[in-house]
Amino acid sequence: MSRDFEFEKPIIELEARLKELKKISENGKIDLSREINAIADKIITLKEEIYGDLEPWQVIQVARHIDRPSTLDLIKLMSPDDFVELHGDRLFSDDPAIVAGPGKIGDFNVMFIGHQKGHDTEENIYRNFGMPHPEGYRKAMRMMRMAERFNLPVVIFIDTPGAFPGIGAEERGQSEAIARNLAEMSQIGVPILCFVTGEGGSGGALAISVGDLIFMFEFSVYSVISAEGCAAILWNDPNKSKEAARALKMRAANLKELGIVDEILPEPLGGAHRNPQQVAETIKQTIEKHLPPLMTMSREELLEKRYGKFRCMGKFCSEEELENA
Amino acid sequence: MGWFDKLTRPKRNIPSDLWKKCPKCGEVLLNKDLARNLYLCNKCDHHLRMPIWDRIALLTDDNSFIEIDREIKSVDPLEFVDSKPYPERLAVAINKTDVFEAVTCGRATLSGYKVLLGVMNFDFMGGSMGSVVGEKITRLLESGIEEKAPVIVVSASGGARMQEGILSLMQMAKTSAAIQKMNMASIPFFSLLTDPTSGGVSASFASLGDVNIAEPGAYIGFAGPRVIEQTIRQKLPEGFQRAEFLLEHGMVDAVVHRRLLKNTLAKLIGMFSGKFGGKNV
Repeated sequence: MSRDFEFEKPIIELEARLKELKKISENGKIDLSREINAIADKIITLKEEIYGDLEPWQVIQVARHIDRPSTLDLIKLMSPDDFVELHGDRLFSDDPAIVAGPGKIGDFNVMFIGHQKGHDTEENIYRNFGMPHPEGYRKAMRMMRMAERFNLPVVIFIDTPGAFPGIGAEERGQSEAIARNLAEMSQIGVPILCFVTGEGGSGGALAISVGDLIFMFEFSVYSVISAEGCAAILWNDPNKSKEAARALKMRAANLKELGIVDEILPEPLGGAHRNPQQVAETIKQTIEKHLPPLMTMSREELLEKRYGKFRCMGKFCSEEELENA
Repeated sequence: MGWFDKLTRPKRNIPSDLWKKCPKCGEVLLNKDLARNLYLCNKCDHHLRMPIWDRIALLTDDNSFIEIDREIKSVDPLEFVDSKPYPERLAVAINKTDVFEAVTCGRATLSGYKVLLGVMNFDFMGGSMGSVVGEKITRLLESGIEEKAPVIVVSASGGARMQEGILSLMQMAKTSAAIQKMNMASIPFFSLLTDPTSGGVSASFASLGDVNIAEPGAYIGFAGPRVIEQTIRQKLPEGFQRAEFLLEHGMVDAVVHRRLLKNTLAKLIGMFSGKFGGKNV
């Protein structure tokens, strides 16, 4: 599987050239520092240019990048010593497409939950490409209830193409599992902070995203349906994915404008996959900034605010508005 | 159709807007007979999709239904255009169905019990849930809490409305959160799943009834059969994602014949309410 994008070709080429020059300069005794610096600068400018002007379809590619930091990568960067992964829904099985467990972020004890993708084909098959079955959602809900019991704020990472469409998933109630999470998360009495780190794929993403604050990384996406799925249904042509990606308005900036996302988090230059450490640091800082005010709220205040947040999502024209107009 | 059928089947020259074919047995059914027979096939008893006003008449006492929130209309927040602009699709749907959105809500009585009823309309853009459907259903649920009246929602939907993007998706969270409040207030919510109920509707309020009742043969599922077949590359078993399949797997409480629906709901409401204290007053 290629790890490079067509639109990144100029960057990759220059990076190869830079490596070459460095090698020459190390081996020989020629001073190439001027050339090397010039190319390094050019790479930065190119990255800024290319990443500053991505088409929605290209952003989807970045969000799905196989090296993009996964939930476990981020947890291990933030909580290397304390995180304990906990498994299973206590009903049917353990779903490797969702991981969870308590850990630390700075001084805070938290409950981590997130979709888990793999970094290669073998790992992706084990993780079912980050597409959960009902038992994954039920495991997540079990962890949230546990978090509530022990007063741990919940930190959630969203990165899934969607809930898995399969026979077993339907037999075990994929719909019910998602719906139940949506309902119950609205009343979990501890702060819930959600980070869309990669792909926010429809109901499969939303099922662990009913939080007090929702953050989205710059090159992540969050949508009601995949661009491919939308193209197949509305255009009757899977090749229209680029058009669908544009029409669905799934980028962080779009969601901020529509009032769904609270804050857009910047990514390292050239995308999260180029510097996972920096992504983890951004998450840590965001939590340290936003969690304390939530923790001082009473349970009632917190839940009322959370209900209100989702209650007012949607745009329509009501009778009263028509009369006032 | 084979040559033999063509020879033996009586030729009927009936204009095509006057009849439907039973999707199960192929019997030709006249619309006027269908309406009289609750949209049940008179040959095989298949439950055909029922127009919303017939559904409301089926479930409520005569002339008791008073529509609420009729005038809430969709806007075009994404300025969405596929092969047609979204506002054009809405105009076509409004024209075709004579309602403004894919759910019709109201207050009514059911065998004397005061209820709040929402009925989804599959003819309106596939019964898809956008901001208006989410808002109307949430208002219905909140009214149920306020008025201490049970809520019934009859689902028929392909899922979330793609043309409203992420806003449609959020309606799943909004409606489900309102049901959680109903649960806490001990106000019963009855979800009636009719053909078809899928995607974002099935994965939100439609699966969250205190009691989930499905009509016989109704298609109910999260992912569409085509998507599943493409993903797992195998044929789906007979009866997969039908009401009886969900009953067998514990996802619905009962599969109830259309003729018995009102009575079943009345019995449940009566026993659950006892004028809302557990005891009969």
